[in-house]
Amino acid sequence: METVKLNDITVNDLPWKIAYDASRCTMCGSCVATCSFRAIKPKVERRRMVFSEGDFPEPQARFSAVPVIHQVNSIRDYCRGCGMCEKVCPNDAIKPVRNPDTRHPIVTRCLGGDSIKRGGRKNLEGSTRTLDTIRVGRISQMTDPSLDAQRHTFDLLAPFGRILPPKKLPYSATLDNSLETKEKTPPVNWIYPVIIGDMSIGALSWRMWEAVAMATAYLNEECGLPVRMCSGEGGVPVRLLKSKYLKYTILQIASGHFGWNRIVNAMPHMVEDPAGVLIKIGQGAKPGDGGLLMAQKVAKHIQAIRGVPKADLLSPPNHQGLYSIEESVQKMFLSFNAAFKFRVPVAIKVAASATSVSVFNNLVRDPYNIVGGFFLDGIDGGTGAAHEVSLDHTGHPIVSKLRDCYLAAVTQGRQGQIPLWAAGGLGKTGDLAADAFKMICLGANGVFTGKLILQMAGCIGNDLGRCNACNTGLCPAGITTQEPQLAHRLDPDKAAQNIVNYFLAMDQEIKKLMAPIGNSSLPVGRADALVATDRAVADRLQIQHVC
Amino acid sequence: MCRIGAIKSLDYVHPSRALRLMQSQQKGHDNSGFAMVMQNLGGIFESYKHLPTLSMACTDKGIKIAENILHEIGFRRILQWSPEVNDWPGLDINAMPHYVFETFNYPPQYENARRKEREELLLNTRLKLRAALEEDEEGFVYSFWPDVITLKEIGDPHDIGTYFNLWEADSRFTAKVITAQCRQNTNYDIVRYAAHPFHLQGYTALANGENTFYLKNKEFQQRLHRGYIGFESDSQCFLYTLHYVHRELGWPLNYYKHVVTPLPFEEIEKRDDQKQLLAIRQSLAHLEINGPNTIIGMLPDNTLFTCCDAKKLRPVVIGRDERTVVITSEVCGINEILPERNWEDDIYPNERETIVVTDDLEVQRWKQ
Ligand code: SF4
Ligand code: SF4
Repeated sequence: METVKLNDITVNDLPWKIAYDASRCTMCGSCVATCSFRAIKPKVERRRMVFSEGDFPEPQARFSAVPVIHQVNSIRDYCRGCGMCEKVCPNDAIKPVRNPDTRHPIVTRCLGGDSIKRGGRKNLEGSTRTLDTIRVGRISQMTDPSLDAQRHTFDLLAPFGRILPPKKLPYSATLDNSLETKEKTPPVNWIYPVIIGDMSIGALSWRMWEAVAMATAYLNEECGLPVRMCSGEGGVPVRLLKSKYLKYTILQIASGHFGWNRIVNAMPHMVEDPAGVLIKIGQGAKPGDGGLLMAQKVAKHIQAIRGVPKADLLSPPNHQGLYSIEESVQKMFLSFNAAFKFRVPVAIKVAASATSVSVFNNLVRDPYNIVGGFFLDGIDGGTGAAHEVSLDHTGHPIVSKLRDCYLAAVTQGRQGQIPLWAAGGLGKTGDLAADAFKMICLGANGVFTGKLILQMAGCIGNDLGRCNACNTGLCPAGITTQEPQLAHRLDPDKAAQNIVNYFLAMDQEIKKLMAPIGNSSLPVGRADALVATDRAVADRLQIQHVC
Repeated sequence: MCRIGAIKSLDYVHPSRALRLMQSQQKGHDNSGFAMVMQNLGGIFESYKHLPTLSMACTDKGIKIAENILHEIGFRRILQWSPEVNDWPGLDINAMPHYVFETFNYPPQYENARRKEREELLLNTRLKLRAALEEDEEGFVYSFWPDVITLKEIGDPHDIGTYFNLWEADSRFTAKVITAQCRQNTNYDIVRYAAHPFHLQGYTALANGENTFYLKNKEFQQRLHRGYIGFESDSQCFLYTLHYVHRELGWPLNYYKHVVTPLPFEEIEKRDDQKQLLAIRQSLAHLEINGPNTIIGMLPDNTLFTCCDAKKLRPVVIGRDERTVVITSEVCGINEILPERNWEDDIYPNERETIVVTDDLEVQRWKQ
């Protein structure tokens, strides 16, 4: 037997421990085969067995070599608690159990001398979520009747594009009492108020990306919900660029400009305009950090789409050459507006920050009226890969920041002119309709969501340290991996179906919230419809406090 | 619930008719107040149509404050009229000490000014008066505009009529358009400014209903124009939107309906003017109203109109004879004052209509 030294890693240092019942195990090997992290392996143990063979109890002991499943004690191949072993075990013989005594955050740093990286969301759970202290509390009754969510029609659309101040609308009255214009106005697309947020084709497996694209097309073509998906930074398959489905896609450009050479080359062959362009300046999960795609995920097709070799792909933390907001407005927006001949709205995505309102003010006052949306991403947003310290400790919650931006617009009488889109942990409890609705009442035109989409497809990661291995390329659900064997675990049709069904359910639920407040169009900025059970939240957001 | 009414006639009409119109709908409101705006004035005001008339309720001190301000600006009073009041015991009225209706000559420097400049002066003056009288509630300035008189009081409409001696018709105090409403604003505080009809620069609006987009409207309107103040009632938003769309943007009246109750997107897509309608849904999204409503509006050129919320959750009916058109919440009001009319000509507008009564009494039905 080997000697165990004090500083050797043991299973008890790891975040998850495997509970294994040898008496139930038939040694089928399914768990070992399924564990993409190689966190368990078979081994042979010497075991003592007590038995009695005669008519009367005559206990005897015997030693024998027994094959068992054993947890690996490594800080690289450690159990993520994904539960795949439990899922495939026919005999309920194995499952991961959260280890409250884990020393993982310490030993990993001590042994690795490197920062911890992972995917997922912020994993520091402490207090109640702000949105859960808020209720839809202004119910229409009596003289102001509620609507019937099943019977009435509801306008569930949000603008993507720059909206002119009313006095700048180039319309004038004609003699026959109509309005006419000779000028062009900025492009605005009215879309579903929930955008499938920017997850790149490198971060997701091609099958997952395909599932999202399929779900988007189905929602549009079959269900009548004009849902848009954002490509994320990293390009788009050329086949999609040249197809009619491009109109459902918002193309993203971020500081790495990955994939844009393909997009530019495909422009002459596009049969439809994209739904929009989203310039990503920052991301809520890791503000101040650029994108990070580990080499193990840079598969052949990713190299082709992005035009890069197999290497760690890091987007710079900021757009090189942009030193001021004015400059970003002029350079980026104008060039992208011009690239699509001013037919495609261009918006900006930033990480929520103490300074977001200043940035927003600068954009909303821009006299050229070209910024077509302000996407604010809060600290609870997800990511495919980031340093854990950024994930857990940098960023700004979305709720008050979104409200601040809306109220800043109100102060200037410019609400709605740059549509506000919010994200960052929305739908974290599984109920996106409620979160979206509350954010809309607080001033958002719509919301965007990424992590929840993965969860719809089968991601078992959560914010209590479960899985979050999206950066490793070993996603046990086939979602954030480029390994063919793993990617094939995901059935794109089923994943797409789940996403479609979730949207249909959410659509009903949003109407179920609009009906009691008596509104048939989205109650953007109707903070009077909300009440808060927490005094501090109520004061901060300027809504009614109730108890 | 409020009850609203409007009478538009080719002849001068005394407010007693408006009182009778509203009295018969008494069961539908809560008898908490009465307010009216008269436009296109007859009687003693007929020969001063081009000059601004101040409608104000105030204390002794209030009169002095107001007169000083007006004098300072250069307005010269040429007519003053106060209704004779019957201050009988037992009347349910919460009256201010004075009701004054005073007509002024423009300040000398404005004699030859353009109309627009004069109109801005009148608004600025009214806002100044209102601000000066607001402290200690020395007075309430309801309107300061040519050919317009406003009266608002808290109490039982019947008693208010008795107090101001409005039940007895005479030819001294008349107008060709009268809009009236019974009820104070019981949703919020009872304050005199909260009673509609509201008036701003020749535009009048009154409404029966609730505006659940009040906060959205208010937050947007308060930055749009210096005259959009108060917001004591959610119905003020209807007036400000009317003023903004018709006067500030200079758009034809038919677009008012498109602003307050825009068509659903799927219907907009089918229209030739979809670009305009989408622009409205975009740039004027915060002027949309929601909730049940009937609005009656009056334009500076005496055009009267009515429209409803997009689900038609509040009643309104239009009845007429040769010389008079009446718009009101309940048909019993029209039966009271136009009993001989052909009721088969009554119009019950639908949720997508605007009914417009032109100055020569032509009734038009506009489809949104
Ligand atoms: S829970 Fe997941 S990571 Fe842990 S042993 Fe089972 S399959 Fe492997
Ligand atoms: S299941 Fe896949 S996508 Fe979900 S947390 Fe794990 S690695 Fe990430």
